[in-house]
Amino acid sequence: MRENRTGWLFLSPSLIILFIVGMLPFFYIMYVGFFNWNVFSVNPGLHYAGLDNYRRLVFDKDFLKSLELTIKFAAYAILFQLVIGYLLANMLAIEFPGKSIFRIIHTIPLMIAPLAVGATWRLLTIPGLGPVPFYLDRWLGFDYRLSANADQAFWTTVIMDVWHWTPFVTLTMLAGLVSLPQEPMEQALVDGANRLQVFWYVKLPLLRPVILSTVFIRLMDALRTVDEVWMLTGGGPGAATRYTGLHIWRIVFPKTDYGYGAATSLLTLYFTIVLSWLLYTAIGQQRRGGVN
Amino acid sequence: MQQQTKRNKMLRKIARYASAYGVWIVASLITLVPIYWMIIVSSRSRVELFDRPNFIIHTFFEQNYTNVIYDSTFRGYMFNSIIIATSNAVLVTVLALLATYALSRWRLAGADNIFFWTITNRMAPPAVFLLPLFLLFTKWFKIGDWMLFDTRTGLILLYCVFNLPFSIWVLQGMIDGIPVELDEAAMVDGAGTGMILRRIIIPLAAPGLAITAILSWIFAWNEYLFAATLTSVHARTITTGLAEFVTVTGTNWGEMAAVATLTLIPSLIFISFVQRYIVMGLTFGAVKE
Repeated sequence: MRENRTGWLFLSPSLIILFIVGMLPFFYIMYVGFFNWNVFSVNPGLHYAGLDNYRRLVFDKDFLKSLELTIKFAAYAILFQLVIGYLLANMLAIEFPGKSIFRIIHTIPLMIAPLAVGATWRLLTIPGLGPVPFYLDRWLGFDYRLSANADQAFWTTVIMDVWHWTPFVTLTMLAGLVSLPQEPMEQALVDGANRLQVFWYVKLPLLRPVILSTVFIRLMDALRTVDEVWMLTGGGPGAATRYTGLHIWRIVFPKTDYGYGAATSLLTLYFTIVLSWLLYTAIGQQRRGGVN
Repeated sequence: MQQQTKRNKMLRKIARYASAYGVWIVASLITLVPIYWMIIVSSRSRVELFDRPNFIIHTFFEQNYTNVIYDSTFRGYMFNSIIIATSNAVLVTVLALLATYALSRWRLAGADNIFFWTITNRMAPPAVFLLPLFLLFTKWFKIGDWMLFDTRTGLILLYCVFNLPFSIWVLQGMIDGIPVELDEAAMVDGAGTGMILRRIIIPLAAPGLAITAILSWIFAWNEYLFAATLTSVHARTITTGLAEFVTVTGTNWGEMAAVATLTLIPSLIFISFVQRYIVMGLTFGAVKE
């Protein structure tokens, strides 16, 4: 039996760094969440407020609205990414000449800085400069105004996220597809199942662990999107694309309402962890129990 | 009869090829149009930009690029970004390798929870961590005149919060997939832990390590929010430079697009090297038999 001490020795540098840059700020936020603290108010400095910040939060329409928007954004984006990613991965699972070129092209969006993605999409969509409003108006007579229409702004951010992150889903799906055993599918076809049935009853259950892992990672990132949306819409028009990340940023920086910002982010973090924990245990069950 | 099945097979193969090409050409176009547009914008002067949109590059307005490249502040940003991203990638890969190896081969108390805990570090909404980190970097980590704020070291350590969990998550599947029997056989032959790591684990996990290093590099290279808040002069990175083009007096779209294009180049070079390993690296150990 190996000595546990060596194991801990290997693990400790990672844990120490994560503790310093991950946990210390976290504890600090927990602490600040119990105070009223606004450096530019009449009395700056920390004033103990108990659970006031949290009480305020539960009835805060702006926060609840932004939470709802974020969930809607993440849900739509991830759904589209899964469907498109799965279809594309299927096309990559077969051998054809030139495959690797397509794969490289498809991976490019993943390499671009989120801020630059936002900038790129802004270049595409600003009136007078971008081709999107120009051609939508010219060919379809469609009035596209990112800075005035809430729905259009929302869907533009979703489309941008799909453009940016579908390649990631494609790659994980492909990794899942190529390591699937072939026999169950062939057996089902021999037994007279049609392709749809094979997909639904055989392939999808086999792929479930991969799909869950992908959703897990994507969800975590989608819920904390800031850079690209900030660059594209700035959270507007109004509050139409002010997702929680941006909402918190607004409380903390322009408004310098530190205590309330801390409480808001703690609740958001809690919410994210619970969601992820549910997914994580689901993945764990899949791994241990195998496919049933 | 046999000929007909042969022909059918042939036809099906052609149909499959055709559908694959069709789908992929459309997908590639959709992927490339925004990037192409970015390059177009970077090739035009202010005046040309506000003509009606068109997709053909007639003349190349190099000034957008030369203005940036010959700017010494900008070269400084670039240099900082390279140092920060590279050091962070190396640090993260080494630490993640050790950590995953420990989690995989020793029965440590609470290993499963530790694993999940490392990931929760990555979930925090970044905006509010700016404030505590800013205070930590300016007030707590301070020796005399030196403080962690506005140093490359600060950002290198900070990016571990995002890259370490992801790398552990990616490597875990890889290392769990290496049979323990190999370790044991080596131990019987008298190899120590260091030897096992060097001779067995690292070579076998090499694709995963490459992926981890490169994805960490790209993340550190691309990060904006923390870099903008936790630096002021000396350790500014290229992405903060990108944001500096958006000003109250009007955005310089051409130069911004030029910088965005420049930031993309190193990532593209790296990724084309490890292209074949990416898929292997991303299985997350979810589908191993």
